[in-house]
Amino acid sequence: MTHPISYWQTFSNVLKRDLKVAVRNKGDIFNPLVFFVIVITLFPLAIGSDPQILTRIAPGVIWVAALLSALLSLERLFKNDYNDGSLEQMLLSPQPLFIMVFGKVLAHWILTGIPIIIIAPLLAVLLHLEQAAYTALIVTLLLGTPVLSLIGAIGVALTVGIKKGGVLLSLLVLPLYIPVLIFATGAIEAAALGMPYAGHLAIIAALLAGALTLTPFAIGAALRVSTN
Amino acid sequence: MHFESLSDFFAMGGYAFYVWLSYGAAFGLLITLTVVSVRTRRNLFDQIRSKQAREQKLKEHRQGNKNNEPKT
Amino acid sequence: MWKWLHPYAKPERSYQLASTLLPWFAVSSVIALTIGIVWGLAFAPVDYQQGESYRIIFIHVPAATLAMSTYMAMATAAFVGMVWQLKLADAAAAAIAPVGAVLTAVALITGAAWGKPMWGTWWIWDARLTTELILLFIYIGIIALHNSFEDKVLAGRAAGILTLVGVINIPIIKYSVEWWNTLHQGATISKLDKPSMPTEMLIPLLINILGFALMIGALTLVRFRNEVIDRNSMRPWVRDLVARESK
Repeated sequence: MTHPISYWQTFSNVLKRDLKVAVRNKGDIFNPLVFFVIVITLFPLAIGSDPQILTRIAPGVIWVAALLSALLSLERLFKNDYNDGSLEQMLLSPQPLFIMVFGKVLAHWILTGIPIIIIAPLLAVLLHLEQAAYTALIVTLLLGTPVLSLIGAIGVALTVGIKKGGVLLSLLVLPLYIPVLIFATGAIEAAALGMPYAGHLAIIAALLAGALTLTPFAIGAALRVSTN
Repeated sequence: MHFESLSDFFAMGGYAFYVWLSYGAAFGLLITLTVVSVRTRRNLFDQIRSKQAREQKLKEHRQGNKNNEPKT
Repeated sequence: MWKWLHPYAKPERSYQLASTLLPWFAVSSVIALTIGIVWGLAFAPVDYQQGESYRIIFIHVPAATLAMSTYMAMATAAFVGMVWQLKLADAAAAAIAPVGAVLTAVALITGAAWGKPMWGTWWIWDARLTTELILLFIYIGIIALHNSFEDKVLAGRAAGILTLVGVINIPIIKYSVEWWNTLHQGATISKLDKPSMPTEMLIPLLINILGFALMIGALTLVRFRNEVIDRNSMRPWVRDLVARESK
């Protein structure tokens, strides 16, 4: 008779496994990050290097690039596990599904969200972002990227069983990302003008709280549908 | 009747383009949706009918084969 | 208490109910829409501020409000299908989705055509328009997700999850006009206050809203019957039905 493992043990097992797998496939981490960097550098090349214009568009460009990069990196969240059957094993296990989902999404955020948060201020220099806005940039990314991971995971869970699900994923997930985008860029722009932006941050934090509590159930239900 | 004449009605006080664009687009889309929905029903019925005919033919073919089986 | 609903979990029974209701909805919607649109286009008085272009309201407001209501109807069907595992409820949700999408598109197009003479621009990124556009994307996403599954049962479940996740957008649309002071005007009709619109304009508007609602009902019934037949094409009752119709 084996001891049932605790919730914390389940969570950390899944988290450690995902981190280990990612470390062994470093491309999975670097490619979305390089994509993020390249997309941001494309804008000054396309729009011209006038600092006035770049300052105006900097918050939006960084956040849109973060959205697209998140979308790109989400694919690997469930795909490999789905292909080799370990996803079904997770669904069959006696532990609650939402714990394992939490572990996987947290791993995803550590591998993709945190690098973006670290690199974004450096890229903001390229776009001549206002000095006053840097704190806002980092805080909005800190609060917002987990929301992107959580909501994106719903989309991936729904499309993991579909061939060529990648295009459909963007269609499903981007409309749901739009509130985060609007409030985050609103906060950064308010900060750039020297105005208070705590309200915007509060709303993003509320979105995060809502996503943390509600999405794991949606993700679990979607996974059950996809693996059927 | 609010308008003086039919041509006044069509002119819509100068806003003819916008008013008729709106009403036209709305009607166009809604009528297309209606037509597609009704046509789907007809297509479904045709599909079921042809499927039934195919199955009937297959059944008759098999019956025919069974009747003509060599009696050993 | 809900025993009387149980027979309607059978596809045949629900199909018959839909067939019985359809003529009522279809005819009454045509009557209501004809009265409402003719009244609104030809008989309602002119608005002294906006001129004749305000007549677009008789299409725009019904389409925009009912696009949200249709989404809630679809979400309710998806919820019922998910909680009580009723496949017919998923079929109903699948039937409603394209109707809602078309309504949202009509709302956006008529809104743009009204905005050009009124505000001077076809489009503006204010709260109400942006959230309505997001609603259209969510509708399209639901339809696309549903179509990408081979198995209709799985498709219904997956689309149901996405529908319920998207419900959060509806209160955002509804209250966006209150939360953000923007170009789009505030609510004209509210349950408790006197409407800010004169009666001669209000009555045709209400008739149109009713007509649109009945039309949505009629279209949904047509599509629902199609979905039921599509998912049950092997059953004897469907075969009999097709045979009877071919006579």
